[in-house]
Order: sequence, then C-alpha cells, then structure tokens
Amino acid sequence: MKTDLLHNKDFLAGLLLLSFGALGMFLALDYPFGSSLRMGPGYFPRVLAGILMGFGVFVMVRGILSNERVQGVWGFKALAFIVAAFVVFGWLMDRFGLIPALIALYFLSARAGHEFKFVEVLLLMIFMSAFAVALFVYGLGLPYQLIQGWN
Amino acid sequence: MEIFDNLILGFSVALSLSNVMYCFIGVFVGTAIGVLPGIGPLVTIAMLLPITFNLPPIPALIMLSGIYYGSQYGGSTTSILVNLPGETASVVTCLDGYQMARQGRAGPALAMAAISSFAAGCVGTLLIALFGPPLAEVALKFGAPEYFALMLMALIAAACLAQGDMVKSLAMVFLGLLFGIIGTDVNSGMARYSFGIPELTDGIGFTVVAVGLFAVSEIVKNLETSEKQEVFTKDIKNLMPTLKDLKDCFWPTVRGTAVGAFFGALPGTGPSISAFSAYMVEKKLAKDPSRFGKGAIEGVAAPEAANNAAAQCAFIPTLSLGIPGSATMALMLGALTIQGIAPGPQVMTSKPDLFWGLIASMWIGNALLVVLNLPLVGLWVKLLKIPYRWLFPSIIMFCAIGNYSINNSAMDLYMVALFGILGYTLVKLECEPAPLILGYVLGPLMEENLRRALLISRGDPTVFFTRPISLGFMIASILILITMVLPAIRKKKEQVYAEGGG
Repeated sequence: MKTDLLHNKDFLAGLLLLSFGALGMFLALDYPFGSSLRMGPGYFPRVLAGILMGFGVFVMVRGILSNERVQGVWGFKALAFIVAAFVVFGWLMDRFGLIPALIALYFLSARAGHEFKFVEVLLLMIFMSAFAVALFVYGLGLPYQLIQGWN
Repeated sequence: MEIFDNLILGFSVALSLSNVMYCFIGVFVGTAIGVLPGIGPLVTIAMLLPITFNLPPIPALIMLSGIYYGSQYGGSTTSILVNLPGETASVVTCLDGYQMARQGRAGPALAMAAISSFAAGCVGTLLIALFGPPLAEVALKFGAPEYFALMLMALIAAACLAQGDMVKSLAMVFLGLLFGIIGTDVNSGMARYSFGIPELTDGIGFTVVAVGLFAVSEIVKNLETSEKQEVFTKDIKNLMPTLKDLKDCFWPTVRGTAVGAFFGALPGTGPSISAFSAYMVEKKLAKDPSRFGKGAIEGVAAPEAANNAAAQCAFIPTLSLGIPGSATMALMLGALTIQGIAPGPQVMTSKPDLFWGLIASMWIGNALLVVLNLPLVGLWVKLLKIPYRWLFPSIIMFCAIGNYSINNSAMDLYMVALFGILGYTLVKLECEPAPLILGYVLGPLMEENLRRALLISRGDPTVFFTRPISLGFMIASILILITMVLPAIRKKKEQVYAEGGG
C-alpha cells in the first residue's frame, strides 16, 4: 500500500532539512561570501546550508522509495499546551510577576496530560510554587517580583 | 611525583566543607531526578544548569558533575525496578535487571549496579588524572587546522555511532552547525540569521536549545501514550549480593570498565554505545549465552560498569581538549563558558584547582553514590510511585524559571517553545537531536578555526592533509564514514542496538 507523503517519515524529514537549508541559503546570500583566503560572514553559512539542502533532497528521495510511515500518533494537543505554558509563563513574568506566571504555567501544562483534575492541579501548583519561590527568590536570590506592583 | 601533588591539591579543594556539600547536593538531586522515569541525565542537566550559574565556577562544576553521574546512576535504578530506561545507555540494564527484579532479586541487582559503577568510576577518575594532563600538553601544540580536523572527527563519530539512521544524524550535525551561526559574526561584526530581533544577535543560549530539543520533546512523547508500569517494590529487602554474585561479576565489571573507558575517551562517542557493546561482549564470552535477558547478573554489572566508565572518561576530551564527547558534555562545556572560563587545554595549567578539584570531587561523588543509594533505595522507590501527571508540570516549571533567569527575558522562553516544536518533530521523524546540539556547540569554534586555518595556508584547503596530526584526524574521520557505509559493519551496529530492543 502506498503511504501518502504527509505520513511518509523520511519524506517529511527530508522536506524539513531542505526547508532549513533553503532558508539558511536564502538569508546568507545577503552576507559577503569572501574568498577561501579571507572567509566572509557568508562563507560558512552558505557551505553548510548547501550541504544541508543536499541531505534534504537525499532523504526525501529515499523516503519516496522506502515509503515508511511515521510511527505512532502525533501528540499535537500535549505539544500545544506545553508550548503555550512556556510562552505564557514568559509573557506574564515580564508583565505581572512570578506568581501569576506560575499559576498559568501549571494550569496550562497540566492540560497536556491525560487526566486533568482541578483540585489536584491546584494543590500541586500551590505546593510547587511555594517551593519555587523559596528556592529561587529566597534561596538563590533571583530578583523577581512575586506579583508586579504588589510588594 | 607530580600527579600526587596534583591529586593532593585536588582533594584539598574538593574536601572543603562547602564543596563536599555541593557535591552531595548534586549527587542527591541528580539521583532523585534521574530516578524519575523518562528523565535522563541530559534533561536533568539542562533543567538544573541555570541554577548553578549563580555559584562560583568550582562549586558549580562540582555540583553539575554530581548531578551528571547521580542522574546516570538514578537511571539504572529505574531500569531495574520499572523497566523504563531514562536514556539509551540504561536500556541495556533493563534487559537483565528488570528480569532479576521480577525474580525477586531486585536488591542484588541494585547493589551490583552500584558496586560495578563505583569500581568503574574509580578507574575512570584515575584515567582522567593520568591521561588528561599529557593529552592537554599535546593539545597545546594544536593549531587551527588540527582543531578543525579534530572537531570534524568528533562530529562524524557522534553522528555515525549514535543510535538511528546515520544519514539523518549527519544532517542533524549540519543543522546544528547552522543554528550555531545565529548571532553576531566575531570577525565582521555582522548579525547573521537574527531576523531583526535584538536578543538573537547574542546567539541562542544553549540551555534554551537543550531544554527545547530534549525536555519538551521527551515530555510530549511520554504523554502520547498512557502505559501503566509495574513497579517492584515489595521484594527489596535483601540488598546484599551473594559471594557467588560478586565472583561472577568481577571480570564482567573489569571488561565493562575497559569498554566504557575506550568509548568514553573517544570524542563523539559516549555511554550508550559502551553499554551496548559491553553487553554484547559478555554475551559472546558467556558459557551459556541463553541466560542473558533472563536475569543474568553479569548482564547488569558489565553495562553499568561500562556506562559509568564512559561517563567519567568523557571528561578526558572535554577537559583536556575542550571538545565535548557527547551532548551531555557539550552542556558541561557550556557551563564552563558561562562561568567565564574558555574551555581548552589551558584550563589545566591556568586553573589547576578547578581541574584537580573536579577530578577529586568525582571520586568523592562516586563514593557518595554508593553510600547514598543502597540505604536510600526505599526513598527512590517512593519517588517512582509519583504519578507522571504530577511530575511533568514541575519539570516544565524548573525549565521555565531556569531559562528565564539566565537573561531575565521572555524571549528565551519563546525560543524554548520553538525548539520544543522542532525537537518533537525531529523525534517523530526519527532524527536524533543529540548530534544537533553537539554541532550547535561546536559550530562557532569550527568556523573560527576553519577561517584561521585557511588564512595560515593562504586559502589552500590541502592544509588539513599536509600537517601530520590534522591528517591523522582526517583519515580517522574518513575511515569512520567508510566503515559505517559498509553493509556488514552497519548491520553489526544495528545488531548491537537491537539487542536492547530499542
């Protein structure tokens, strides 16, 4: 049975490599190449990007020939919640302080799991936040406001 | 004897009360986190690294190496009790260790793992003390071409001997090198690949890359499926191995240590391949190979000795050449750099207290591991019972606060998120992220040395082949590539990894 390209492991891997290589090459075209004697800032990136594109094409073609599927399922939901936890934590740290950031981090990241029990996450959040505040703010002396403008 | 003077200096540093304490904290925390299933040394170090940045260099490194071998050791406890390896190196320990646990011999398996690790750790520490300084002496004579060729060899070895597809691993090295370019070019002052974002002109912090690629992808992968694992906790009463166990394990431990020391000292190869190879050797030499996989105690002792010896000896190229042997060592080097110490052969002469103090603390750390682990097995078992849904948000918390604290900027966390997406995609497409981070760390150094080498030779690329040491590294690189392409040897490597069923 023919696997469609969207589930073809090596085709996707090759495509990813090729895209990174192409992007790297495109951007590096603006940097002076120089010569082998005096390498410019564009020399090394262009060589690397070129090689990476070569690898990309090779792996893509191999993928079309071998037709292997990606194993298992994609955990998009878990990935989305965890990535969101990092982004929101950073955003809140800059604006509102450590405690709001920790609350958001726990409630977002816990949603990535299979079970989400509100009370359990709440207790975990309170316990671990207290630990984090004790360790990072009082123990290591990191200069973070617990809640911006409050203390 | 100079080495004794040096060791005395080392112990005088390492035995100071505060340094013993940092060593203890490192080993303890490392083991505690290493025991947790699905968290290997790499993620543990990436997660805890930022915490050590606030310490002075010597305690920071002592604590980090404590975390390193603590987590390595904690991983084997998990392998034996839950059959869940924290990382590839302890996959092999699962094979016979878990079987022993099922037969009610978890105690002796844990004790034997501790004893053989300690023995291998002692030998490893001694080897660093013996071979580190002469190697650094040689390395001081290296010019740019030698360094470039050496790094090339390390990267090729890392890609070829790593688990998984060689072509994709090599591609990962190049991707890592490309990421390493992000930031300001030291020679021209030009900002490259910065997309106009000011934070990116300093480059991306390596903890950001490490946490994104390893911690995030690891957690998401663990959350894909919900498997229940059986934990063996009832039968750990009788810890002591019998005299026969000890006798059976003597030579396997010696051989495992030798295999581990060899692979560990080579730049680019590390604990995984050592553990797998040591297991293969024992199976080959055994009178009755069919016992392996069914609870043979030698099958625990040899790989445990091997991965611990490799973990220790990986410090040889890292400390004396400034070239990391594995992704974990790349993180240690990064820690050195952040402490303001340029890694390389000069560290040994310019900072003898750091170098010898670290070596002495490794021995102390290994001794602490034995003292700590056997009586505390009960505590580790309790940790194993913590459900994963409580663990992973807390891992994320440590990663988030840690990475935020480096620059106090949210940008680093946005980058963690991006590298997390990339890391998970790579894992799903079966591209190993470990060679990527090695390439990432070595990228700027490689470019600089390539530039200098070509400047010395007036643009003539044959410079790498006309200087004897550089030629040697180039030949070695080519040989590694050729042997891995040969079908017979590639099969052998696949077979070595297939033994572990993963």
